[in-house]
Amino acid sequence: MTQSPTLSRRSSPSASPQPRKSRRRGTDARAGYTFLLPWLLGFIALTVGPMISSLYLSFTNYNLFEAPKWIGLDNYATLFQDERFLQSVGVTLNYVIFGTPLKLAAALAIAMLLNSKRKGQGFYRSAFYAPSLIGASVSIAIVWKAMFGDAGPVDQGLSFFGINLGGWVGNPSMTMPMMILLTVWQFGAPMVIFLAGLKQIPADLYEAASMDGAGPVRKFMNITWPMLSPVIFFNLLMETIHAFQIFASAYIISNGEGGPAGSTLFYTLYLYLRGFSDFRMGYASAMAWLLVIVVGVITLIFFKTSKSWVHYSGDSK
Amino acid sequence: MTTMATPTQPAPTKPPAAPVYNPKSESTTAKRVKSTIFHIVALALVAMVLYPAIWMISASFKPNSEIGGANNALWSNNFSFDNFVTAMEGIGGVSTLTFFTNSLILAVGAVVGTVLSASISAYAFARINFPGRGLFFGMMIATLLLPFHVVIIPQYIVFQQLGLVDTYVPLLIGKFLAADAFFVFLMVQFMRGLPAELDEAARIDGAGHVRIFGSIMLPLMKPALISTSIFSFIWSWNDFLGPLLYLNTPEKYPLPLALRLFVDQTQSSDYGAMIAMSVLALLPVLVFFLVFQRYIVEGVSTQGLKG
Repeated sequence: MTQSPTLSRRSSPSASPQPRKSRRRGTDARAGYTFLLPWLLGFIALTVGPMISSLYLSFTNYNLFEAPKWIGLDNYATLFQDERFLQSVGVTLNYVIFGTPLKLAAALAIAMLLNSKRKGQGFYRSAFYAPSLIGASVSIAIVWKAMFGDAGPVDQGLSFFGINLGGWVGNPSMTMPMMILLTVWQFGAPMVIFLAGLKQIPADLYEAASMDGAGPVRKFMNITWPMLSPVIFFNLLMETIHAFQIFASAYIISNGEGGPAGSTLFYTLYLYLRGFSDFRMGYASAMAWLLVIVVGVITLIFFKTSKSWVHYSGDSK
Repeated sequence: MTTMATPTQPAPTKPPAAPVYNPKSESTTAKRVKSTIFHIVALALVAMVLYPAIWMISASFKPNSEIGGANNALWSNNFSFDNFVTAMEGIGGVSTLTFFTNSLILAVGAVVGTVLSASISAYAFARINFPGRGLFFGMMIATLLLPFHVVIIPQYIVFQQLGLVDTYVPLLIGKFLAADAFFVFLMVQFMRGLPAELDEAARIDGAGHVRIFGSIMLPLMKPALISTSIFSFIWSWNDFLGPLLYLNTPEKYPLPLALRLFVDQTQSSDYGAMIAMSVLALLPVLVFFLVFQRYIVEGVSTQGLKG
């Protein structure tokens, strides 16, 4: 509708700068690469180039001030004897393995609760989504720290029920649950995606199942789960990959140190400390590459195993 | 059909509203009861989920003595703007207004850069047939999954050698080079949904790619451009690692970095002001959310944008 002025200009074909006779349906390399230029430049200068150089740096000793010194696989070998590194791996795995499924379970449960034609859906959807928009910010990290601090509202609320845990922030065994709650709190983004997926499931499937006497559990196992599996897969993959990269909240909550007792020393935080506090850039590069490899392997495993449980029906993808 | 979702929460804390008695048919009454229960459960969950935000806003108006400690009530008789007055004074001799301006410059720069670069690149992927397109598209998708920590060290080294540390260049250049592949992908998907006859007709009329892109695609892509603008604004506004790596002078700090400085220097001595500043830092995001919530939530549900 809006393009009609352009289309009706038959009489002035000179509008395009160089009247290039583009062969219809042919390829147009020059135009293609011209338009692609912004992304291509960024891809080469900000992604591929840096990836290659960080791979190189990971085999060196480099402190930003002297020339990199080649040390072969030493960085990688040292990593596996570095107790702080191993601790950061443990912390991060804990967070990913417990936080991500919990977050997705909450997202799915509430998406199913909301998936109806009742009034107020838009409001609920927005309200549940809001934390996803602010959850990773410094502000919320500060609030979280205050809420879970000594005599903070969480401590007080639990004391009311006779649970006296004290402040979570200073207690090494409670910081992980606190961080997991922070990620679960941001269930809104996957929830919205689940909700969109649930709406695609034809209602007559459920009706037919009801006629056959299927209960809610069977309906969930035999209809919802398989029909939703591509969306579950997408959310699981994206949330897992993001969980590995948590940084700002951990940095703020632990004052950039990963404490107490290293209980919030997340992988990326340790990488940052090594690279940008100690200026051990080669070592940090090795850590970065290990992360790439781990994330790559996990992605691969996800895709391989997805064949057995993800069902792409008909035309969807 | 949706009742199979058993809410994860136990009994809602609110007193159950008395179901309105309906003398009509049995099933209408049952429906009403069901619907009432649904709303009670949903509202209880909303209250729980929004509690941290409500607590934060309440605390920002309370005197220090009432945050934490014995008094954790959300309501206080001593509400005042004192914390905000302190928060606006800023930190390290720099006014909070400066931090706001810095955040705004970075966010607007991010929006302009991302919208321009992502839409132009997306046009190539979606509408021009060129050798290597599939390969590059695959690579772009791969960068969506790539942990960006693998590029920050060499990037830092290069910017350091170019003397660009402590400037906004490292924080903005990626935006002008479509480095957030998410947005390119979003726009490619959107453009692919537009009918191909549009460009064909325009081409017959003698329009080149520049014209097709500028006069046909861009106007039709408004929803995608709006989603991109909103999200690139918010992501830039909340970004912490980038400024943490590259900025050294407090005069150049955006809000998240200023907040960290505030935390470091006051260290719980002035809790109220710290939380008031946190609220101020989130204010634009909240306003954005209230104004554009439809776009934001739709954007997430159709494109799978992360929060």
